[in-house]
Amino acid sequence: MFDILLSSLGQLFTLDHLLYMVLGVLVGLVVGIIPGLGGIAGMALLLPFLYGMEPSVALGMLMGLVAVIPTGDTFASVLLGIPGSSASQATVIDGFSLAKRGQAARALSSAFLSSMIGGLIGAAVLTGFILIARPVVLSFSSSELFMLTLLGLSMVAVLSGRDLLKGLAACGLGLLVGTIGMAPATGEFRLNFEINYLFDGIPLVVIGLGIFALPEIIDLLVKRGAIAGEPTRLGKGWRQGIQDVGKNRGLVARCAGIGSLLGTIPGLAGSVVDWMTYGHAVQSAKDKSQFGQGDIRGVIAPEAANNACASGAMVPTLLFGVPGSGTAAVFLGGLLLLGLQPGVSMIETNLDLTYTIIWSLALANIIGAAFCLGLARPVASLTRVPFVILAPLITVLIMFAAFQATRSPGDLLALGVIGALGVLFKQAGWSRPAFLIGFVLAPGAEAYFYQAVQFQGSAAFMRPGVLIIGAMILAALFLPMFRQLWRKLRSNDTEQAPAAGAGEAPAAGSKPITISGIDLVIFAALLGIAIYGWFHLADLTLLGGLMPRLALAIMGIACLLEIVRSLIRKPTWQHQPLLQQVVWLVGFFALVGAILMFGLITTATLFCLVFLLFIARLKPWGAITMSAGVAIFLVSMAKLLTLTYPSGLIDPLLFG
Amino acid sequence: MNTHKATTSLSRLKKAAAFGLVIAGLGLTATAPLHAQNADVPSNIKWTIPFGVGGGTDVWARFFSPWLNEHIPGEPTIMIDNVPGGGSINGANLFASRARSDGSDWLGTSASTQFPAMLGDRRVRYDYADWTPILATPTGGVVYAQPSLGKDTESAIAGLLENRVKLAIQSHTGLELPVLIALDMLGVDVQAVSGMQGRGEGRLAFERGEADIDFQTTSAYLSSVAPLVASGRAVPLFSLGVLNDEGQIERDPAFPDLPTFTEVYENLNGEAPSGTANEAYAKFFASGFTLQKLIMVPKGTPEELVKTYREAALQFVDTEQFKQEADAHLGPYTPIVGDVVQRHLEQAMALDDDLREWLADWLKTKHGASI
Repeated sequence: MFDILLSSLGQLFTLDHLLYMVLGVLVGLVVGIIPGLGGIAGMALLLPFLYGMEPSVALGMLMGLVAVIPTGDTFASVLLGIPGSSASQATVIDGFSLAKRGQAARALSSAFLSSMIGGLIGAAVLTGFILIARPVVLSFSSSELFMLTLLGLSMVAVLSGRDLLKGLAACGLGLLVGTIGMAPATGEFRLNFEINYLFDGIPLVVIGLGIFALPEIIDLLVKRGAIAGEPTRLGKGWRQGIQDVGKNRGLVARCAGIGSLLGTIPGLAGSVVDWMTYGHAVQSAKDKSQFGQGDIRGVIAPEAANNACASGAMVPTLLFGVPGSGTAAVFLGGLLLLGLQPGVSMIETNLDLTYTIIWSLALANIIGAAFCLGLARPVASLTRVPFVILAPLITVLIMFAAFQATRSPGDLLALGVIGALGVLFKQAGWSRPAFLIGFVLAPGAEAYFYQAVQFQGSAAFMRPGVLIIGAMILAALFLPMFRQLWRKLRSNDTEQAPAAGAGEAPAAGSKPITISGIDLVIFAALLGIAIYGWFHLADLTLLGGLMPRLALAIMGIACLLEIVRSLIRKPTWQHQPLLQQVVWLVGFFALVGAILMFGLITTATLFCLVFLLFIARLKPWGAITMSAGVAIFLVSMAKLLTLTYPSGLIDPLLFG
Repeated sequence: MNTHKATTSLSRLKKAAAFGLVIAGLGLTATAPLHAQNADVPSNIKWTIPFGVGGGTDVWARFFSPWLNEHIPGEPTIMIDNVPGGGSINGANLFASRARSDGSDWLGTSASTQFPAMLGDRRVRYDYADWTPILATPTGGVVYAQPSLGKDTESAIAGLLENRVKLAIQSHTGLELPVLIALDMLGVDVQAVSGMQGRGEGRLAFERGEADIDFQTTSAYLSSVAPLVASGRAVPLFSLGVLNDEGQIERDPAFPDLPTFTEVYENLNGEAPSGTANEAYAKFFASGFTLQKLIMVPKGTPEELVKTYREAALQFVDTEQFKQEADAHLGPYTPIVGDVVQRHLEQAMALDDDLREWLADWLKTKHGASI
């Protein structure tokens, strides 16, 4: 045993191994930083070289890549508000808020340091856990997995705080959108309206970009100025970020632990982990008022977790050949190409390789985070650039990212539609994370519930694991309420900010309810969808229609209750401007139309040029250089990664 | 103030749009290049794989591409282009509408590309009759059970017939379809639980004890189930067998000691399987297993090029080195090359409406699933 540990360690520090690992790290950083690419594109880049390589060296390269993707994508999340990959969606909320307050460097340095530590803890946990993981992983049956998705859904209550009903309605809509596509139980297609694109459901990347990135772009364009609204010295922030991690040691350790263990459960992709740890950070904080406005703990928690989760995801991949995440799926392909079969042999005959994999992860985490920490300060100055200059580039970037989801024109149109929803939600203060959580967990919740009932019948919900997770859900929902009550009893301080997740108990001292025209639009739309959807689903069988109907019910009832609550508490009318946002949205759809008609490369280049010249009013040489840069980026990405874009009428003529 | 800004940006947007249109118009006047057709091997081959990176068919293609590259004259660069979505329907549709027939466009298909076409899925806009096969790789499969059904193959089969058993599947019309038909022909009462993301998850459900029986293709069985069998945690029941050149099912070379489904059926019923169910089984077995993965080119591809590609494949498929390296990926089966593939394929893919109706009805009544 001990000699195996040593020999893997020796293998780790051979020159070949280190060189290839650094290569993997660099590729991982580049594809991590560019939104929409992520691990799958990076793996695709490396896979052609794998066949015939020495396995341990090749594994080092792959691990370098896998380890740093959740690190590199933090740049886009924090600086641009673009969820770089599914693992960094929770980072966007507070990371981007911090950037808007001029603290991008602080958020970045915190994120990278906690990523590094998270990755190290993940690897340490894995070193021991991998030996006993088999029975543990096998003890999670479909009913426990279903309960875990419920635990994830309970975070909606934690995150939406005072606006619980609005959060529930948003979550219901997310659940509904998540059920588009094939019903896992019966194979029926639901809510696809005979549109080919919808048969597979809307991809997560498109939803993430639409609900978060597009509304932020539009908002910043309307407000003008730079991303960083409050000028502060960047350098100071960098060091403060490091100190923040030091102050929140416990949080980092807990989140890394949660991340690595949840990562080991196959089927529960990494996208849940960041929300669960984010929710944990909110719950464990005394002062919750800053979450969503730029609380550093909202960055530290998911970032510590997602790197650890990437390590954890290796367990089901190596032991069972069942990948725990999208990146792990590609990694599995790499293993097979190297002639390695996942399974028990990975802890019996190939244990040395397994340890090489785990520790490569740890080492690559250190190298990757060090690179990023070095880059954080200069790159953070991007937030000082007037946003109107960045806007066309970011818009092209998110379109590029969205189109890589399924390479269908539907990706761009869905981006626009979800973006419009995001704009409404953002303007009226409805919870976008709640929508996303609903969307992410809908397929899992439905499939695991159905499987649990089919496999185990009513016994499914009496299993000890199920009861334990059930208790955790209740704790997540009600503990904050009791804690608040307790605090109230002890000090009669009624000015205390109302705790999140306080349920329907009317919080004393809360702000008066406001309502706006946008709220009314959303109410009307959601209720309309609920009624229309109910009849639309009439043809489905009971099993196939259960989940979408449940989503409709949650959405409709939450909406009605919220309307009643608003009426009872006599809201004040608040004017929320929307005209400019609508103009920009129309512009976005026009751009999508042009892209589909003329091709992405041509349209994107011209769009940048025209936008920079006439809207940003840049000098011609600056505009031309930047537009040329966009064209070069798109063309070289296409060549390097064999990507395709909407070709339209002109692109094939100009770019082959 | 705000509205003023909005109007100025609106007018700027308008200007921008007008400018864009003018330039776009200039681009349109250029003429499209003509596609030349000749029998030379193209320098680049785009191999469309309608599955994601790292999936079974992707790994299969990446395994084959260096071999093909080396043996095709001129050593063309083979670029793998992954177009996932719709369980491979999207990528195949795209190939059907876009592929050039000058030999520079290949498609890699799998059972989940074949089955929807056979079942008449309305999303399918491709037709196998429009394509010419270069090479096909077969696979086998094994159905195995929990030891609680019986300690050895014989007693487990007896146990299988007496109990209602659960089987975790991806979907009722996926790779498991022929297995479901086979189990039904044997008279097994199967409860198929769908929604697994891949056969691996099905195996996991078996290992957790949720599923009573499971099914894996040869390579997955050898790497992941064989250790379970060795430690007494699984009992193999039967293999699906392989189709020999005469079109008869015989024992799988990977599992020479295991009876085939046909043998089990004959043992139980005293006669060879026949009837509509057997016809359906035979067709889906052929297109899902005997010809599981295929390299296809558009029909218009020059005859000579097709011959060149097939000859290149023939050069290596029988070599010892290939067999050795292919063992982990393909199992102990030799790829099939040439016209044989085409004949088998045509036979397998042709489903008359009666058979399709029988299938739809069977799926609905036995499994509550709709096509």
